[in-house]
Amino acid sequence: MSALNRVFRGRGLQIYTWLVIAWLVVPIAVMILFGFNDTKGRYNTTFQGFTLKWYGKLFEIGDLTEALVNSLLIAVLTMLIAGVLGSLIGLALGRYRFRGSGAMNIVMFAAISCAEIVMGASLLSLFVTLAVPLGFWTIVISHVMFSISFVAITVRARVMTLDASLEEAARDLGAGTWTTFRLVTLPMIFPGVLAGSMLAFALSIDDFVITNFNAGGTVTFPLWIWGSTRVGIPPQVNVMGTLIFAAGLLIALGNVLIARRRR
Amino acid sequence: MRKLRAALTPYALIFPGSVWLAIFFVVPTVVMLSLSLQSGNVSDGFVFTWNWQSYIDGLTNYHDQIVRSLVYGLAATLIQILIGFPVAYWIAFKGGRNKSFYLFLVLLPFLVSFVLRTISWQFLLSDNGMLLGPLKNIGLLPEDFRILATPYAVIGGLAYNFLPFMILPMYVALERIDPRVLEAAQDLYAGKVQTFVRVVLPLSLPGVFAGVLMTFVPASSDYVNASVLGGTKTTMIGNVIQNQYLVTQDYPTAAALSFTLMALLLVGIFSYAKALGTEDVLEVAAR
Repeated sequence: MSALNRVFRGRGLQIYTWLVIAWLVVPIAVMILFGFNDTKGRYNTTFQGFTLKWYGKLFEIGDLTEALVNSLLIAVLTMLIAGVLGSLIGLALGRYRFRGSGAMNIVMFAAISCAEIVMGASLLSLFVTLAVPLGFWTIVISHVMFSISFVAITVRARVMTLDASLEEAARDLGAGTWTTFRLVTLPMIFPGVLAGSMLAFALSIDDFVITNFNAGGTVTFPLWIWGSTRVGIPPQVNVMGTLIFAAGLLIALGNVLIARRRR
Repeated sequence: MRKLRAALTPYALIFPGSVWLAIFFVVPTVVMLSLSLQSGNVSDGFVFTWNWQSYIDGLTNYHDQIVRSLVYGLAATLIQILIGFPVAYWIAFKGGRNKSFYLFLVLLPFLVSFVLRTISWQFLLSDNGMLLGPLKNIGLLPEDFRILATPYAVIGGLAYNFLPFMILPMYVALERIDPRVLEAAQDLYAGKVQTFVRVVLPLSLPGVFAGVLMTFVPASSDYVNASVLGGTKTTMIGNVIQNQYLVTQDYPTAAALSFTLMALLLVGIFSYAKALGTEDVLEVAAR
């Protein structure tokens, strides 16, 4: 009895952890499974046999495909714009001590901890007041707005671990400001810039709440899913979700492998 | 000249980003406050009139939803602490070489769209779905038993969706504990329970606080879970704000409600941070 007890106590927390992980993964497994469902009717609710046909018919629903393309375009634009703007802020905060850096930190902390619905609602208030037509570009504006701080924090963390004397050395050897930045600073902070930009991409492609407020008639992938909850989700959504999940998985694994090789 | 340029460099760097944040994050908050005090309607336009009535109307008509949001948010947060702490603890202390792998598994849900995950639960929990259907067929559950459209479904969905945000900061705090501190406690004849209660728990608190910050705000202001998993009796303040802004287009009331929500959360965050020592909470939250 006491031996059994000991085995259980040693393993108890481990089993518990795996149960929680299973709970976290269940809806993902269901999503993937029902992308392979050979459903006959309109509703994709009971499993009726394995098929790959939805992978072949992936782009058959025109407006769903358009929504996915919108999401990808917006995510790429957000990645580029927020990637640059956020990295510059991160570089300034990590490298220089200047008056106003405290205020910058507070605004960024506020932007990160602010409830999404409040950000979405206040931005919509601005657009309504100025009569700005809502659509693709207002979504891009909102996504860049909430991503900048995340990029800045990621880059700042990277900059703080670097040695400023390398840049001084470059300047002592006669390199100008731009040359120093291009040949020394940028390569050193690049992993941070890349990580931050990828975070911006991930935040953008998944965003629902802020997009919901500022999209007007433009539809993104999450908005399309939201719009079709009442009438039933077609299997194509499961397949697209599965492919996005797989892509994320591959990128994460790639990151791990690169990090291993560096070590 | 060179000195001046060096002094201006950080400002040049932050300029484009801070202008973006100023125009599209700071200014809109002021605009929203102004909109909440205007009167009028969509077709005739709105005028600023110090119209406090929107606040009075909003609070009297929707105080149920406001209270419900805070209660659901709090319940979800507590559940997350209870579920998440042992996981964070096990990964930090017993994860060994595979720590990052376990953390990766915990973060896996973030690779799937938030809306899609919630719909997946709706599907799993539906009245005659994969989980309840078989249990009803063999008679373990009564025919009219349901989980969807109850507060349990909404709170469960909230707890599920934001759990990784709770586990991560707790893990960071636990992982930073120096094993030698635990050895010292044992050398001083603290038992396992005492070591946990008097050493591990206090040292993990900053992580718990940061986790609360990162989960309570999105949970209490959410409307996706309440719409997808809830019913008419589980609507939260987020549902009202979304509906007022996008469907009814009663902008002053909508703005008043979301400003009230923001104020409640801000007051909550600041008094919470103040009570616990700002430094720790903000530092861990920033990670």
